Amino acid sequence: MPKWFSPAAILCGLMFVVSPVLIARAPDEAAMGMVYKIYYYHMPSAWMFLLAPLVCGVSSAFFLARGRPEDDRRAWAAAELTVLFGALTLITGPLWARRAWGTWWVWDARLTSSLVGWMIGWAYLILRRYGGPGSDKLAAGVALFGAANVPFIYISVNYWRTIHPPTTVVPRLPVDMGVPLWFCVFAFLLLFMLLMTMRLRLEVARARLDALYVAHDE
Amino acid sequence: MTGPPPAPPSGSRFARSVWLVLRKDLTVEVRSGEIAYTTLFFAVSCVLIFAFALVKEGRAPEGGAAGILWIAILFASTLALGRGFERERQAETLRALLLAPVPRPAIYVGKLLGIVALLIAAEAVLLPLVAFLFTARLFAHPFWLAGIVLTCTVGLASVGTLFAAMLVRARSRDMLLPVLLYPVVVPVIIAGVQGTAALLQPTVDLEIVRFWLLLLVTFDVVFVVLALWTFEAVMSD
Repeated sequence: MPKWFSPAAILCGLMFVVSPVLIARAPDEAAMGMVYKIYYYHMPSAWMFLLAPLVCGVSSAFFLARGRPEDDRRAWAAAELTVLFGALTLITGPLWARRAWGTWWVWDARLTSSLVGWMIGWAYLILRRYGGPGSDKLAAGVALFGAANVPFIYISVNYWRTIHPPTTVVPRLPVDMGVPLWFCVFAFLLLFMLLMTMRLRLEVARARLDALYVAHDE
Repeated sequence: MTGPPPAPPSGSRFARSVWLVLRKDLTVEVRSGEIAYTTLFFAVSCVLIFAFALVKEGRAPEGGAAGILWIAILFASTLALGRGFERERQAETLRALLLAPVPRPAIYVGKLLGIVALLIAAEAVLLPLVAFLFTARLFAHPFWLAGIVLTCTVGLASVGTLFAAMLVRARSRDMLLPVLLYPVVVPVIIAGVQGTAALLQPTVDLEIVRFWLLLLVTFDVVFVVLALWTFEAVMSD
């Protein structure tokens, strides 16, 4: 593990311990009261859910262009994080929507495109698991389409009529709401980097083990 | 002394390669009729099952025709795409196609046009059938309908052709094609369903139809460009 990993893991753990305190101290929202506070975990996980397919798509493009295995490993790790953070987003979102909108789910552009992005993440992983030899390149092709969906998810709330809050909400937040939010964003970003590092290390170890098996057989 | 004849310009060489691949696929299909008949039969069966299930006392569910039409086309296209490349694999002609001295994107475009032609032929039968079974006014605005159907078919086929080509050498390709294809083409199908549904309203708002058509054109451009680049990269081995 790199030297920064342990201090970063401790910091990340502390941030997740402190974050509920900051969220509890944040003021209630005028219309929704304290129900809106799930937003402090929903939005950071949603941002990681947008970041992960972008990392996966860019790494896949590099892998297709250069053929280096480390790009493929990064893409694979990012695809797993797409599914993980996508699940967090798609669980926390409906919890908020049930109280705020009176329904768990609506088929608007933001929610539908997010679900599609999550399904593409799953499709990538299923292909890696069951595609057999050569599935790395095939999955890289799928990852490009997953990355192309990300700008669509982001802009969907600004172009379609939807009850989901638009992207302009974050810059307009008052300071006492903005501080806990950015704190949580950095906690989730740190978690993303830590999980990515761990997952890459596992793949490197697996590749070394495979190489040792091949060398032993020869 | 006479040298070799000058090479044709790259644009016309590309178009000629596309035409040769398309003509090959269409010739095989005209002689066998395998994909056209099976795809059409499957799509018609889907529509009939929906009609049996949903039409009650001679009345179709409101707005159901557009969804049923595109679900049938999506299912049928999966069959056509899988079989189109399975044929190349069985005859060992995919390797020959890839070894041919033609640009790889030309092979993709030729294959794509072949699939689009087959699906359009199936849609020519499906559209009147859906209009009849679900008493839908599908042909009130034929040019807008043609635009929606063509762009949605190209969007669906552009991703489908790429994935079917990629999976041709993969294990469990029959299982994986719908798993990969459906999540990626869901936005295209949604736009196709919404555009078609807008045409079925008692008072058609052409602004809404134009919006969905433009979105479909955007999807087509993004998907075809991505697929052209990816096809070259993934079919290099």
